[in-house]
Amino acid sequence: MKNLLKYTFAALTIGLVSCEPEFDSPVTDGGFYSSGSANLSKFVAVGNSLTAGYADGALYITGQNNSYPNIMAQQFEFVGGGDFTQPLMNDNIGGLLLGGNQIAENRLVLAVGADGNPSPVRLDGTPTTDITNKLSGPFNNMGVPGAKSFHLVTPGYGNVAGVPVGTANPYFARFASSENVKVIEDAAAQSPTFFSLWIGNNDILSYATSGGSGVDQTGNIDPSTYGSNDITDPNVFASVYNAQVEALTAGGAKGVLVNIPEVTSIPYFTTVPTNAIPLDAATAAAVNANFAGYNTQILPGLAGMGIISAEEAAMRMINFSAGQNFPITTDKDLTDITAILQGPPFNLPAPTAALLGQLRQVNSDDLVVLTASSVLGSTPDPNNPQGVVGVSIPLADQFVLAKSEQDRITAATNSYNATIQGLASAKGLAFVDAKTALARLSDGGIPYDGGVLTSQFVTGGAFSLDGVHPTARGYAYTANMMIQAINDAYDATIPTVQIGYYPTITLANN
Amino acid sequence: MKKVLVLAVFALATAVTYAGGYRVSLQGNKSLAMGHTGVAVINSSESVFFNPSALVYLENKLSISAGAHGVLANISYQNETTGASDQTKSLLGTPFYFYASYQATDWLAFGLGVYTPYGSSVEYDKDWVGSHLVNNIDLQAIYVQPTVSFKINEKLSVGGGPIYVNGSVNFNRNLNRTLTDLDGNRSNVTIDASGVTAWGWVASTTFNFTDNLRIGATYRSEMILEAEGGDATFENIPNSPLTPFEDTKIDAAMPLPAELMVGMSYKFAENWLFAFDYNRTYWNVYESLDIDFANPAIPDSYNPRNYKNSSAYRFGLQYEATKMFTLRAGYYFDETPVQPGYFAPETPRGDSNNFTAGLTVNIGENLQIDASFLFSHFKEIDASYDHYLENGVAVPFAGAYKTNAFVPGLGVTYKL
Repeated sequence: MKNLLKYTFAALTIGLVSCEPEFDSPVTDGGFYSSGSANLSKFVAVGNSLTAGYADGALYITGQNNSYPNIMAQQFEFVGGGDFTQPLMNDNIGGLLLGGNQIAENRLVLAVGADGNPSPVRLDGTPTTDITNKLSGPFNNMGVPGAKSFHLVTPGYGNVAGVPVGTANPYFARFASSENVKVIEDAAAQSPTFFSLWIGNNDILSYATSGGSGVDQTGNIDPSTYGSNDITDPNVFASVYNAQVEALTAGGAKGVLVNIPEVTSIPYFTTVPTNAIPLDAATAAAVNANFAGYNTQILPGLAGMGIISAEEAAMRMINFSAGQNFPITTDKDLTDITAILQGPPFNLPAPTAALLGQLRQVNSDDLVVLTASSVLGSTPDPNNPQGVVGVSIPLADQFVLAKSEQDRITAATNSYNATIQGLASAKGLAFVDAKTALARLSDGGIPYDGGVLTSQFVTGGAFSLDGVHPTARGYAYTANMMIQAINDAYDATIPTVQIGYYPTITLANN
Repeated sequence: MKKVLVLAVFALATAVTYAGGYRVSLQGNKSLAMGHTGVAVINSSESVFFNPSALVYLENKLSISAGAHGVLANISYQNETTGASDQTKSLLGTPFYFYASYQATDWLAFGLGVYTPYGSSVEYDKDWVGSHLVNNIDLQAIYVQPTVSFKINEKLSVGGGPIYVNGSVNFNRNLNRTLTDLDGNRSNVTIDASGVTAWGWVASTTFNFTDNLRIGATYRSEMILEAEGGDATFENIPNSPLTPFEDTKIDAAMPLPAELMVGMSYKFAENWLFAFDYNRTYWNVYESLDIDFANPAIPDSYNPRNYKNSSAYRFGLQYEATKMFTLRAGYYFDETPVQPGYFAPETPRGDSNNFTAGLTVNIGENLQIDASFLFSHFKEIDASYDHYLENGVAVPFAGAYKTNAFVPGLGVTYKL
């Protein structure tokens, strides 16, 4: 009997201790997945806002937690990945302070207005992230919102004193290891065994989002002379990009390079239709009458005088009709005829001459940016109900990305992408074709287990409320692209994530 | 666009689930030790549950049995595509029983039983990968059953009585896979209802071929727990008219299925008894779990379950080793009521093989200590729940499950 009791209790004890049901092959076991020939123990991600996890026009904690490098790092943990640290913001409000003064706006949220319609608004609240509070790194996520390719190799880019004068970046100022250090130096100093590099987007994007208000600097190889909205010279890009890959691979690290998507893939440029002005027949006729002189006398006259080409004259014709109409806009690529119009034979008053100086109607080849939606059709002067933007007041150049401007962007993008892909193949690095991947979002979308991910603004799921940066779900899709490219390049079997588990836009009323 | 958004958000927010195969067969230490057989076994007041008609054949004037089981059940989940995995916390569930029988005359016996045949207690890590289906659930149902038993003759008896059930449920899940408040805390709902009552009945019969061979049958009726006026508590809801989730009342109904148990016992040698029971549980009553939120702004929740009737096959052996010790062992195979595609993680039970053992120690003439041990082994299975909808699209929740349970039990029997 004693023995029986003893065995019973022994059995009970063993039973209770070994309670956890073990799978035959648990995914948590080290050997279930493989990193192939890649060593993921020290992963450093280098890039811009996309790498940082920027979304909804701001950087905030939950966005950072869903950055594509952080999602990748979580999956890397299955195959020996180490800790992944990020320079987290102080809150989920977004926005930045410099010595107590706000220098970057709060995040956007989708709020339901008094009219019952939801629209993106800035979240109320005072940011608590002051860039003078230095974080002590190093950080695996070296994504610096706003950085262009050459900024990563610019000394002093993290010097807080340079932030007010525009020579330094407020985000990098928070965690740069010293005032003069370069972003790429802080990245390489961590001796990564694996890296990702996605840079170059801003080299064309700020030109694009500003409606081409910058300068195409192709041919100018001195980036210190560039304005913030300029297009970076492709040779400059190639040179700095090559230097960055050299720096990151110096210790034998493997990595993944990512190319630059087309701006036409993102809702910032595809949401506002080019013909956003609805007019009835009577209004259209009245507006047309205002431009009759411009259409029938000035333009043919200037063409006849050889001041503008017949082609330009045709392009500048203004014509409204009943239904949806293209707004009028100022295009600085047109011949400026302001001064000519003030002289004979036209003798127009200065304000009229200025209005017509570089005037044309938007056409279907143009892209109208997202922020134009709050301007188009508005009457900036409350005392003049006739002064309607797009009808009698030209839509400013910054809201329209003309075909000629798009062509400059495409040329630069193609050149950058040739550099990126060429280096990936020369160095034996994994390569992600983000250009094709993002194009798929606007061309039918990506099916997933809860629907279809598209680039449709607000409802498509891929893009956040700023129309440029992905949502967490968009970043998860990006992370899966990266993981698949790594699996292909290095014979790894890192598991991807289910993007349906990642949120999209944030609902909040202030 | 507003409408689209509202629809999207609402559709994301609906599937509430309660429990799956939540039958807990732990209605007596003596019976459990023999594979939970007992329809045709006459040796204690555990017959109040297994077969009330057998009470009239008990030798003692008064017989009382009471006890409890400690249930240590563990569920492991993993998804090989994503690497997601989770294990439930080891909660100690304690189903209990109390049975008394009183031999009024040679042909009439009365009995009273209090027992817990249905229940479930599962807790995953908060916000685990299946949290849109369940974070945790605690379901309890206590049956109170007075019975009467008539001996028609030495071979045949009948018995039965009414059943009063008092149930409660507490359940939490996230509203969907992604909704959070501004700081990323997942939006979730807790459903709580207690003091839910219902009435049912039990009827049974026993037939003795010989002193050594007998058969029996017991039918326990279905009862529906109608939770009216339960509480729904929402947490971490975004401040937006598009997510109008606020605390409200709920109505819901959950079935406690009917059960038919037939059994035989055969005393094939001196001191040796073999028992076999067949159980049929009429789970097909559990078609769907629907939750009606009192607040009309909150869409009601429809959750198909589509259970099928299920069977259990039970084998038990008893050996009266000495005057002091009676040893028991058993095995049963328990078929799952869950059909493919309806495998929800709140009670992820596949078919199980169950091994039991136990003993009774006689302490003096009137008192017995009953001990039992059950090990439930569920095969590792790949399964999915395919009826969770997001924006009107079914989002299957799939993966591999492995479950086991260790159930030690202890009880006393008092005879006079």
